[in-house]
Amino acid sequence: MQDKIRQKARELLSSGAVKVVIGYGEGTGSRVRALFIQRPEDADRLIMDERCVQNLAVYLTKHEVRAIGKPAIVAKMPVIRSINHLAYEEQFNEGDIAVIGISDSDELVDLPDLTSVREYAAKNPLLLTAEERAELDKLETMTREERWNYWLEELSNCIKCYACRASCPMCYCPRCTVEVNQPQWISVPAHEIGNVEWHIMRAMHLAGRCVNCGECTRACPVKIPLRLLNQRIIADIAVNFGQSEDYALAAFNPNDKEDFIR
Amino acid sequence: MAEFEPKVIAFVCNWCTYTGADLTGTSRIKHASNVRIIRLPCTGRIDFMLLMKAFAKGADGIIVSGCHPNDCHYTSGNFHARRRWIVYRSLLNFMGVDIRRIIFSWVSAAEGAKWAEVVNTAVNEFRALGPYDEYKNLAPIRANWRTEHAG
Amino acid sequence: MIDKKLLQKGSLDELVKKLKSGGTRVFAPVEKGGKVLFDEVDSAAAMARDYVQTTLSAKDVILPRCEEMMRFTTGQGTVTMEKAPDLPPPAVVLGVRPCDARSIAVVNAVYLKDYNDALYKSKIDNTTIVGISCAKCDEYCFCTSVNGSPGDTEGSDILLTEVDGGNYLAEIVTEKGKALAAMAPELFTAAGSEDKAKHLADVKVQFDLKAVEKKLPGVFDGEVWITQSLRCIGCGTCSYVCPACTCFDIQDETDGNRGVRLRCWDSCGFGQFTLHTSGHNPREVQSQRWRQRIMHKFSYQPDQLQVTGCVGCGRCSRACPVDMNILQHIKDIEAQ
Repeated sequence: MQDKIRQKARELLSSGAVKVVIGYGEGTGSRVRALFIQRPEDADRLIMDERCVQNLAVYLTKHEVRAIGKPAIVAKMPVIRSINHLAYEEQFNEGDIAVIGISDSDELVDLPDLTSVREYAAKNPLLLTAEERAELDKLETMTREERWNYWLEELSNCIKCYACRASCPMCYCPRCTVEVNQPQWISVPAHEIGNVEWHIMRAMHLAGRCVNCGECTRACPVKIPLRLLNQRIIADIAVNFGQSEDYALAAFNPNDKEDFIR
Repeated sequence: MAEFEPKVIAFVCNWCTYTGADLTGTSRIKHASNVRIIRLPCTGRIDFMLLMKAFAKGADGIIVSGCHPNDCHYTSGNFHARRRWIVYRSLLNFMGVDIRRIIFSWVSAAEGAKWAEVVNTAVNEFRALGPYDEYKNLAPIRANWRTEHAG
Repeated sequence: MIDKKLLQKGSLDELVKKLKSGGTRVFAPVEKGGKVLFDEVDSAAAMARDYVQTTLSAKDVILPRCEEMMRFTTGQGTVTMEKAPDLPPPAVVLGVRPCDARSIAVVNAVYLKDYNDALYKSKIDNTTIVGISCAKCDEYCFCTSVNGSPGDTEGSDILLTEVDGGNYLAEIVTEKGKALAAMAPELFTAAGSEDKAKHLADVKVQFDLKAVEKKLPGVFDGEVWITQSLRCIGCGTCSYVCPACTCFDIQDETDGNRGVRLRCWDSCGFGQFTLHTSGHNPREVQSQRWRQRIMHKFSYQPDQLQVTGCVGCGRCSRACPVDMNILQHIKDIEAQ
């Protein structure tokens, strides 16, 4: 797999098709890190193994990376999904990026354009695993007060470093709601209400857009299980609005069912 | 001490529920006076953060109301809003926020009597639940400080 | 002259209980959910063992992530200000690593040198630091490269080193330390000939601090910042886990005519940190922000405040979601 990625990267860079290949390389210790390969002879630094999980799509909207020129991106399933959403939200146009797709069975996938990205994402629906569902169920079986205390405890550790936001490919707004102060929607300090409001808001703004890559949870220095909030919404969307790769909250069905509106 | 009276904020759309509430008044139907109505163009404009702000600033209960499905002045604002409410309500519940304190309804411009009914029922329910200090005490300006400084 | 005493294995718990009964709050590293954080404890038994470094530093106790500065009430054309509520009773922070203890000198230099920050001063004056030497280190530690050491007493009022039999060698460094020991004199017995050095981690010196300080002004306009920071995602994790980062933001929060003024942490990693009201941003791109972080710690602060703004705890490298390893980056700069 690694060789195929290197080969592909070398081709893309030598032919001038792209200016940079965003992929994974060895980091410090046993860590891996994002690499930005700009010369064909550096392509051999690219690696691919089970440690390569960061959602690299976060770099597609970063202007320092864009300034280099057209990128190719090493994309496993969550990255492919992110690209699909970013394209839907017009963060780039056809031809702006090249995708080195990798299937779950570790094969190179040919994704020549954004339509093929969308089709590929649709063919591989976003489903929670049994373990993920079990974790949600565990919280659901608690009483409301227990859940409230669980989250207050978890969120009391939040220091508002915004690593969850910064690491998320879908959090690309140049000015986040938390930075809007006329009016001040969200309390900025990392106190109780500030943390609760921040995480409710982030989950809601990702509703229907989150690809469940888990990057927010991995990035969190104090290990808050933030993915649970997004997974709750992913499960609700699938049940209520059906499985789709489209942005569920930008759409509606006149027959959407609920049981709480009086 | 007097019986607890909940503070209730109602976020309503301009075209149906607000007009409906107007009809409640012109029809001389009485309802609980705990509700402060905030009129917005459409339920589609009722951002979830408005609800969070209401709780943080001391609301004990919230009513969100707009046009019945298919009656939206802007055709689909309430359909979009409904999707958001479904997701939002579930998320809040998952986080342990007391969703019994948020009541959603469809009240048309002709349903003055229904609005009174929605308000009265909601206020009774909120009264039974007591003050929502659990949430507002998260703010640095806490509920007890609020009372200390009241008056 | 540092007074050396011996604290028996079980005496630490008695010390904590004694302090607690006298109304002193005791903070110590506590393990929960895979992270080690400073929290109030009732006994030494609650303290985490077997960790290299706490997830967050003890900074949260002396320079909290969010603290009330004052309260105010507005009236018709008037503003009435009142003091923030009285501070909690004095605190002892137990189990501070020597690198973190040294970071207090950096925070002091910022908050007490040119300007005496009353809020900070009242906290630090009422806090006693009981450090604990490091028996272990990991590949992120580099205290010895920034003039520290795993058994350094600087910044600690008392430094404990676990010696044979699980007893602690207690070095009583300052007057505050003496006062603390005097609260339970029976627990601090005469020390024998314990060899402290034998119980310390071996942290290799990895770069020449003086050479780096000298080099930095010359690479200000270099490419190195761009190369290093391309993968930086611009979160504030490095600053917030750093014991020596001191930047803050001030937020007024109001409710009707009442309000509070809060001071909370801020980070130079954020794009909005230097954004002007005019829309101009002197640090427009991440490479400039990354440069600021390194320059501030290794060039500006040594220059202006005579302290190095980095104590080599390695937290930023451990916590960084994208493997921005400060040690590696400094070594790269040194090698330029």
